[in-house]
This record gives sequence, structure tokens and C-alpha cells, in this order.
Amino acid sequence: MNILKKIWQTLSTPSKAGVGIVLALGFTGGVVFWGGFNTALSLTNTEEFCTGCHEMADNVYQEYRETIHYSNRSGVRATCPDCHVPKDWTHKIIRKIAASKEVWGMLTGIIDTREKFQDHRKSMAMREWKRMKGNDSRECRNCHNFEYMDFSEQGSRSVKMHSSALASGEKTCIDCHKGIAHELPDMKGVEGWH
Amino acid sequence: MKKIMTALILMGMAASAVAQITEVPSNNGGVESLRGSAELNITRGADKHKRVIKDREPLQRNYVHQPPIIPHQVRGYKVNLNANKCLSCHGWKYARETGATKVSPTHFETRDGMTLSDVSPRRYFCMQCHVPQVDGKPLVGNDFKAVDSLTQN
Ligand code: HEC
Ligand code: HEC
Ligand code: HEC
Ligand code: HEC
Ligand code: HEC
Ligand code: HEC
Repeated sequence: MNILKKIWQTLSTPSKAGVGIVLALGFTGGVVFWGGFNTALSLTNTEEFCTGCHEMADNVYQEYRETIHYSNRSGVRATCPDCHVPKDWTHKIIRKIAASKEVWGMLTGIIDTREKFQDHRKSMAMREWKRMKGNDSRECRNCHNFEYMDFSEQGSRSVKMHSSALASGEKTCIDCHKGIAHELPDMKGVEGWH
Repeated sequence: MKKIMTALILMGMAASAVAQITEVPSNNGGVESLRGSAELNITRGADKHKRVIKDREPLQRNYVHQPPIIPHQVRGYKVNLNANKCLSCHGWKYARETGATKVSPTHFETRDGMTLSDVSPRRYFCMQCHVPQVDGKPLVGNDFKAVDSLTQN
């Protein structure tokens, strides 16, 4: 009986009730918004979403379908977001906000034909390389962990490079493995290329 | 009457045509070719899929000026106007670092014997002359022997 009285008192005092209701509403709202937001986030983190734009579907997606990350002996695939979108939350949000310029790019038709795509490829590729170089190829390492590479299973050329420049940290995956998922732009002037 | 006759004649012709098609004679006379001794009109089962061998030691050359065989996998290596994957290891700039054999000076020569400062266009598309090998058996026997000076011990 005492408890009910207390609740009534609280509710009948405007300022206290205000705080309580705001908090309660805020809390449920937060849960709903948060859940919705994260659902939206994970919906935009699928290959179907990426290839929903013909700019992605007609160019990079077609090229990627011929590579080892699409089809291989073990049937494990790496999809677009696996390589392009960070896994942890903070980096993901930052990347997503940066990627909203792609919507603008679609509206303005910056790469809406194959020719335009090819002309624009080098600047896009260079931004991706810079990003991967900057985070020590974090997305590659989500799947490929240097610690667990079995050199006795790798080819002699792989072992030579992995046990030296990679092991010492002098170079990172993307320094040596450019163009593994898509066609390359003109590589004149890019380090390590003829 | 006339119509029925024409129809009958047409049917007869069609029937004999069909008969002829199914009766194509096939006789290879016991000759074995690369497709074995299968008759022409029989579809022979496909051979087992061959695999490119991963990395191994360079293979012995059989004659002077033979383009050496590629002793490693080349899956996904693109050579086109934009990029040349082979030269990112075999170019003189990178050969020491990667442990690959340098392309020889002949790769810088034009067909008139002029030496250029970079790989000659006629030697740019490496796989025109250099190819990897699979783990298959030779299709026909061959007792060719390399000259003594090229035989590795
Ligand atoms: C709305 C259509 C659309 C969708 C959906 C889309 N893209 Fe793009 N993407 C574009 C356009 C347009 C550009 C070119 C943007 C520019 O350079 O201004 C682009 C550029 C890129 C780039 C180059 C980035 C850079 O910094 O230049 C990458 C990588 C990329 N997209 C990956 C993806 C991935 C991964 C997905 C799925 C999560 C995706 N895209 C979904 C239209 C789209
Ligand atoms: C979603 C997991 C995943 C991600 C992310 C990923 N990979 Fe892979 N990678 C694989 C799988 C699976 C294979 C094929 C393994 C097999 O069956 O041989 C592979 C194969 C490879 C190969 C071997 C190619 C060959 O021809 O043998 C290289 C090189 C490679 N990845 C580099 C990278 C690089 C560089 C990145 C980052 C840009 C990356 N991978 C990101 C899963 C991934
Ligand atoms: C210093 C250059 C270099 C760096 C750095 C490097 N690699 Fe490699 N990697 C190679 C070479 C050379 C090969 C063998 C040739 C090829 O596959 O084209 C190779 C082969 C591979 C293979 C196939 C292995 C096999 O023999 O089956 C995988 C997978 C791979 N690399 C993944 C990675 C990942 C992931 C990273 C980053 C953690 C990385 N590499 C960093 C040079 C490098
Ligand atoms: C195995 C990792 C991997 C996967 C899977 C992958 N990419 Fe990429 N992507 C890269 C790398 C690395 C680059 C930087 C350029 C290069 O090296 O080819 C790149 C570059 C790009 C670019 C810039 C243009 C270009 O050709 O350089 C776009 C756009 C892009 N990717 C979209 C996609 C889309 C869409 C998918 C899914 C269909 C996808 N990527 C799947 C690794 C990957
Ligand atoms: C990742 C570096 C790398 C790439 C890329 C590469 N190779 Fe090699 N290649 C090597 C190494 C290392 C050797 C072995 C050298 C040795 O063991 O003496 C070799 C050996 C060879 C040989 C045998 C040389 C001899 O003297 O017998 C040929 C021919 C060859 N490669 C051609 C090619 C062609 C053609 C391509 C492109 C399709 C290519 N390579 C791409 C590293 C590479
Ligand atoms: C027109 C045919 C042809 C083309 C194209 C060609 N080569 Fe050669 N290559 C040869 C011949 C023939 C030899 C052996 C004799 C010589 O050195 O000229 C050779 C030798 C080599 C050797 C061994 C060199 C040595 O010192 O023993 C390497 C490595 C090589 N080529 C790599 C390449 C690469 C990489 C490319 C592409 C950039 C290429 N070749 C394109 C014909 C060709």
C-alpha cells in the first residue's frame, strides 16, 4: 500500500514525473532505435546490397566472380563487406559515413558506364590501398591470420616473402597482393609494379 | 489422290533420310589417335582434370633458346595494358628481392635487333612463349634427349 502511495506521489509531482517518463521513454526509444539502426546497418552489410547498384554489379562484381575469393576448393567466400567494411563498430560507422558519398556518386552518375568506371578506377583503387595500408590490412587479417599460416603448406615463393617482409612488419598484405579481387587500373608509378 | 501420293513420297524420302543419318558408318580402321581408339560417332569420356603443380625448381631446358617452362602456378596473374604481374617479380628492378630469374636481355630487343630501355612489345605478353606444366603424362611417347651441355645433374 505504501509503495503505491509513493508512486502516486511521484507521478503527481510534475517535475519528478517528467524526469521519470522521459527516462523511461528515452530508454525504450533507445532500444527500438538502436535495434533498428543496427538492423539497417547489417542489411547494408551484404553482398546483395552492394551489388544493388549497377555501378558495383556490372564492374567489380563481375571481375570478382572469377577470383579465388568467390570460388575455391574449400567453398569459403569473402564477400564485398568482408574486405571493404570494418568489423568492429566504431570503424564500421566511420566507414559507413564515408561511404554515403557513394550514394551521391550514384546520383551524379560518376561511374555509370564501364568507360567512366575505368577512368575513375585508379583514384578509387588508390583510396582503398591507402586505407588498407593505413590499418595494416585489417580486413584481410580478419580471415588470414599470420600466426596460423603453415609455411610447410605454402608454396616456396609464398614462404620466401611471408617469412621475411611480412613477418618483420616491413610490408603488409596489400603491398604485395593488389588486384586479388578486381581488375587493376594502370599501374604505372605504383610501387612494386613495372 | 495426287495430294496423297505427294505426301507418301515425301514421307518415304524423310524416312530414308533418317535411316541414312543413323547408319553413318564409322570405322577408324584400328588407328589410335590422341582421342584413343574411340569411333567417331561415339562420344568418348572426358579425361581426368589435370592440375598445375604448385611451386618447384626450374625445369631443365631441352635446347638453347628454348623459352623456359614456368615452374610455378600462375592463377590470377594478369598481363594487359594496365599491368604486368610477371614483371613485378621477373623485372630487373624486383628480381633480387623476389628471388625470380631476371628476364634475359633478349627480352629488350626489337625484331631488328635494336635494344630498348624496357621490355620490348614483342616480349611483353609472357605466356605467348612461357607456359606452366600440368601433372599429366605425355600423350605420345617421345625419346628426345637434350644435348649434353644442357643436361643438369
Ligand atoms: C548507391 C549505389 C551503391 C551501392 C549500394 C554501393 N556502392 Fe560502392 N560505389 C558507388 C559509387 C557511385 C562509387 C563511386 C563514388 C565516388 O568515387 O564518388 C562507389 C565506390 C566504391 C568504392 C571505392 C571507394 C573509394 O574510396 O573511392 C568501394 C570500395 C565500394 N564502392 C564498395 C562498395 C561496397 C563494399 C558496397 C556494399 C557495402 C557498396 N560499394 C555499395 C555506388 C554504390
Ligand atoms: C572472408 C574471409 C577472407 C577475407 C576477408 C580475405 N580472404 Fe583471402 N582468402 C580467403 C579464402 C577462403 C581463400 C581461399 C582458400 C583456399 O581454399 O585456397 C583466400 C585466398 C587468398 C589468397 C590465395 C590466392 C591463391 O591464388 O592461392 C590470397 C593471396 C589472399 N586470399 C589474400 C587476401 C587479401 C590480400 C585480403 C584483404 C584485401 C583477403 N585475402 C581477404 C578468405 C578471405
Ligand atoms: C612481401 C610480399 C608479401 C606480403 C607482405 C604478403 N604476401 Fe602473401 N604472398 C606473397 C607471394 C610472392 C606469394 C606467392 C605468389 C602468389 O600467390 O602470387 C603469396 C601467397 C599468398 C597466399 C597463398 C599461399 C599459398 O602458397 O598457397 C596467401 C593466402 C597469402 N599470400 C596471403 C597473404 C596475407 C593474408 C598477407 C598479409 C597478412 C600476405 N599474404 C602478405 C607475397 C606477400
Ligand atoms: C578479397 C577482398 C575483396 C573482396 C571480396 C572485394 N574487394 Fe573490392 N577491392 C579489394 C581491394 C584490395 C581493392 C583495391 C584495388 C585492387 O587492389 O584491386 C578493391 C577495390 C574496389 C573498388 C575500387 C575500384 C577498383 O577496381 O579498384 C570497388 C568499387 C570495389 N572494390 C567494390 C567491391 C565490391 C562491390 C565487391 C563485392 C562484389 C568487392 N569489392 C569485393 C578487395 C576486395
Ligand atoms: C611472386 C613472384 C613471381 C611472379 C608474379 C611470377 N614469377 Fe616466375 N618465377 C618466380 C620465382 C621465384 C621463380 C624460380 C626461380 C628459381 O627458383 O630459380 C620463377 C621462375 C620462372 C621461370 C623459370 C625460369 C628458368 O630459368 O627456368 C619462368 C619462365 C617464369 N618464372 C615465368 C613467369 C611468368 C610468365 C609469369 C607471369 C605469368 C611469372 N613467372 C610470374 C617468381 C615469380
Ligand atoms: C616471343 C617469346 C617470348 C616472350 C613473349 C617472352 N619470353 Fe622469356 N624467354 C624466351 C626465350 C626464347 C628465352 C630463352 C632464351 C633467351 O633468353 O632469350 C626466354 C627466357 C626467359 C627467362 C630466363 C632468362 C635466363 O636468364 O635464363 C625468363 C625468366 C623469362 N624468359 C621471363 C619472361 C617474362 C617474365 C616474359 C614477359 C614479360 C617473357 N619472358 C616473355 C621467349 C619469350
